[in-house]
Amino acid sequence: MSESRDVKVLGVWASPFVMRARIALNLKQVSYDFLQETSFLTEKSELLLKSNPIHKKVPVLIHNEKPICESLVIVEYIDDVWTSAPSIFPCHPHDRAIARFWAAYIDEKWFPSMKGISTAQGKGAKKAAIDQVIEGLVLLEEAFVKSSKGKPFFGGEQIGYLDIALGCFLAWLRVSEKMHGVKLLDQAKTPGLVKWAERFCEDPAVKGVMPETDKLLEFAKILFAKMRANLPK
Amino acid sequence: MVDVKLHGAWASPFSCRVVWALKLKGIPYENIEEDLPNKSKLILQYNPIHKKIPVLVHGRKPICESTIIIEYIDETWPQNPLLPSDPYQRALARFWVKFAEDKGFAVWTLFRSSGEEQEKAKNESLESLRTIEEHGLGNKKFFGGEEIGIVDIAFGWMSLWLGIIEEIVGVKLLEAHLFPRLYAWTKNFKEVPVIKQNLPDCHELLLLFKGVREQALGSSSSSSS
Repeated sequence: MSESRDVKVLGVWASPFVMRARIALNLKQVSYDFLQETSFLTEKSELLLKSNPIHKKVPVLIHNEKPICESLVIVEYIDDVWTSAPSIFPCHPHDRAIARFWAAYIDEKWFPSMKGISTAQGKGAKKAAIDQVIEGLVLLEEAFVKSSKGKPFFGGEQIGYLDIALGCFLAWLRVSEKMHGVKLLDQAKTPGLVKWAERFCEDPAVKGVMPETDKLLEFAKILFAKMRANLPK
Repeated sequence: MVDVKLHGAWASPFSCRVVWALKLKGIPYENIEEDLPNKSKLILQYNPIHKKIPVLVHGRKPICESTIIIEYIDETWPQNPLLPSDPYQRALARFWVKFAEDKGFAVWTLFRSSGEEQEKAKNESLESLRTIEEHGLGNKKFFGGEEIGIVDIAFGWMSLWLGIIEEIVGVKLLEAHLFPRLYAWTKNFKEVPVIKQNLPDCHELLLLFKGVREQALGSSSSSSS
């Protein structure tokens, strides 16, 4: 049992990493205060700088005044603390290792390739970047088939660690598709993930937290314009 | 028949991490030395995504990525735990393991490069060392407290490989007067019996790494297999 004052999430609505923490708390039915960084693009709050002095990044989970940083570390912490609620992690050590492996792949390889689409200069580079993202999704499709074993989510009947690790990017994926006029999550190549994405976004733990695509698209346009303006000439 | 096999390489700090974890827990295993330029078909089969060692195979199921392997080992064989039992302390440990993974590569970039790229990598490496010195160790003997744990293992490469790189490149990073806590930690870490008995030979490592750096710097022309 926890009171919402005990649990705070420092973050921004648009961040997929922040979403991970919020989805995990929602799955455990833990109420929390969502403290939004309002000037995130220009200035970080004192609380953020104090809670995450090393990386100065969101999300930060503050539980009983102790800060926990790094989104996947936060998800594991949530699973470790609120043990009476359904598990986010699989039970068997080997399944846990597989989930961690793919989450690391998503963060270290796949997400950078997603960012690569926006930074690619020229048609050729853009196409190569898009192909790389799709290749990654095809690998994740295989991982989904093996992990889910015919059930709705990577985690089985319910959303689990790997669902959270990948699912948090779905709104940005759609934004990318609209911005660049491409299909990334595609029925022909990743049919399992297409259906999984619908189920994930409909889940009560996700619904209130996943941004609407159009709102995120507007935000993305502002963000990328700022980033382009800041690029060295 | 040994149920646990480790596909590794004697000179790899990532491989050594797994050796240390297995030895600390007293888990018998078969060591399979992989020739890194010519990896076995098994590696490509067990780790098709990254095609890298180490790979732990337990009961014929492969587990990849050294820190993931260590968590697996800790969950499967609970004796001599490598992670704290308290959830908050576990989160801190995982935070530092991620830091070690994310920031460690700057030193390898420094090792494989020259000029401006090397200078940038040097500054990033020093920045990371400062962070660990200031925030990571506190007054503890080890990151794990009185005994070594997963964070010590993750930073273990600093106890030997860092010195080798410093010698070959001719750059001093971990200086005792600048990083007293971290410096003391490297000494203490190497004295832990399991670590002491399971570090690669310094001279062999130096020779090998000299060759690697020469190849990396001259790699615009030709390269071996």
